[in-house]
Amino acid sequence: MSSEATQVPAVDVSHLSAGYNGQAALDDVTFTVEKGCLAGLVGPNGSGKSTLIKVIMGLMKPWSGAVKVSGASVKAGAASIGYAPQSELVDWSFPVTVEDVVLMGRYGKIGLVRRPGREDRDIALRSLERVNLAQFRRRRVGELSGGQQRRVLIARALAQEADLILLDEPLAGLDAAAQHDLLRLLEDLRKEDRTLFVATHDLSCVASDFDHAVLLNKRVVAFGRPKDVFTADLLAEAFQRHLLVLPGGDRTLVGP
Amino acid sequence: MTEIIDTLREPWTFEFMQRALIVAVIIGVVSAVVGSFMILKGMAFIGDALPHASFGGVAVAFVIGANLQLGAAVAAILVAFAIGFIGKRGVVRYDTAIGIMFIAGFALGILIISREEGYVVDLFSFVFGNVLSVSWTDVWITAGLGAFVLTIVALFYKELLFTAYDPSMAAASGIPVNAAQYGLLFLIAITVVIALQVMGIVLVLAMLVAPAATAQLLTRRLPAMMGLGAVFGIASAVIGLYAAWYADVSASASIVLTATAMFVLAFLFSPSTGLLRQTQWAQETPVEVPDS
Repeated sequence: MSSEATQVPAVDVSHLSAGYNGQAALDDVTFTVEKGCLAGLVGPNGSGKSTLIKVIMGLMKPWSGAVKVSGASVKAGAASIGYAPQSELVDWSFPVTVEDVVLMGRYGKIGLVRRPGREDRDIALRSLERVNLAQFRRRRVGELSGGQQRRVLIARALAQEADLILLDEPLAGLDAAAQHDLLRLLEDLRKEDRTLFVATHDLSCVASDFDHAVLLNKRVVAFGRPKDVFTADLLAEAFQRHLLVLPGGDRTLVGP
Repeated sequence: MTEIIDTLREPWTFEFMQRALIVAVIIGVVSAVVGSFMILKGMAFIGDALPHASFGGVAVAFVIGANLQLGAAVAAILVAFAIGFIGKRGVVRYDTAIGIMFIAGFALGILIISREEGYVVDLFSFVFGNVLSVSWTDVWITAGLGAFVLTIVALFYKELLFTAYDPSMAAASGIPVNAAQYGLLFLIAITVVIALQVMGIVLVLAMLVAPAATAQLLTRRLPAMMGLGAVFGIASAVIGLYAAWYADVSASASIVLTATAMFVLAFLFSPSTGLLRQTQWAQETPVEVPDS
């Protein structure tokens, strides 16, 4: 990898402020996420994680500040960013198959009126193979388990062929085994030179397994290596309460 | 044998029954396709609101001497867009916006009619529907509008599907989500107008909801749901018209009740979601009670 390529960050947010109806949800937010890393976005409820994701995706206009993805400004609909939404926001009872959902990742590139072609179907199938769900492609999405459904959403993000993928709470509500499998998948995807930016409440997981962390509470409390971010002082500042940080071997536990 | 064939053929030897059949079949197909999107988005209430609200437009058209169906169309489209606009502002919930708009439109209709002298037959046929009085002009208008709705759905299926399934992701992918959402409201309004004169204000909703909901119980994908829904819509039209002919009852009511009967059957006997099957399953796998 050339040194020049590593200099342009995957996500570069500077002095970003945004909110709803005059209420600020993000205040002067500045941080960068390097290319090819697995980065965690952590903070308490209402800290602006979802708002930040919306702004990065171009779904919401910031009041001020700038977002650059791979050095370029984001336009809504550029389809240059992969996205896996919170599972609760997805209608799992909708009559679509696994393959239908993943194919939607191609829709933005196809253009109005036109139908997905053979190449789009190939890409969708490869994305499904990548998350080990190819054999379920004709199933209705609602019939899959919670962990499999998360992987469908990740496959859809992969089908967008984006270098940056945003994931909103992909680990929430999964049992330990499914969480572990999903984390392995995220680590594998990172090795393929994709950047994954994951909003999560699982602090221990970010502290132990991620390369990078952004600690958010309306403003950025800290960002950088997890070992520098997950200190008792910084966590107390972000969460407004004392959290224990227990380093032990290759795992770090963070909790109340 | 010939007796059965004669029995089956008899109603269609009359031209007004042929017209009724054509129109009812078109309504069955278009309603199932548009109704599928509508029930998946939990918008069934809109299917009730637009026919009621369009009554105001019908009354206005009646007073100024304009075409009644055109009046219904203008009112339905205006109210559909108003519902979309108010709902999008996010200040009040969608169903609140709908509740306010549709009663206002209906009340306007009643207000205007109360000023008219005597019994206004034309207007009341909109309330109860009249399948048996459609003219060839009505048939052509229905066919034209129906073809228009189906063409739009076919052309923009990908956009409508993505927007219905996951609007924020669709917006991020560059799908014109606003246009798709208003477009769907527009298609529902057109479908309501097609069905209005035949089914009547109160019964339009049933054609939008029942065949699509029946198909939903039996299918796994949206295109199949629309296709099977259309089959149920056609079957309701045919069976309902036979019932109307031989039992001498209201055609629109018997079409709706046929569609409802199909839903009840699917609800009870669907291989995947049927009530009976689920009860059976519950009986076959008794819960193990641990020894205390």
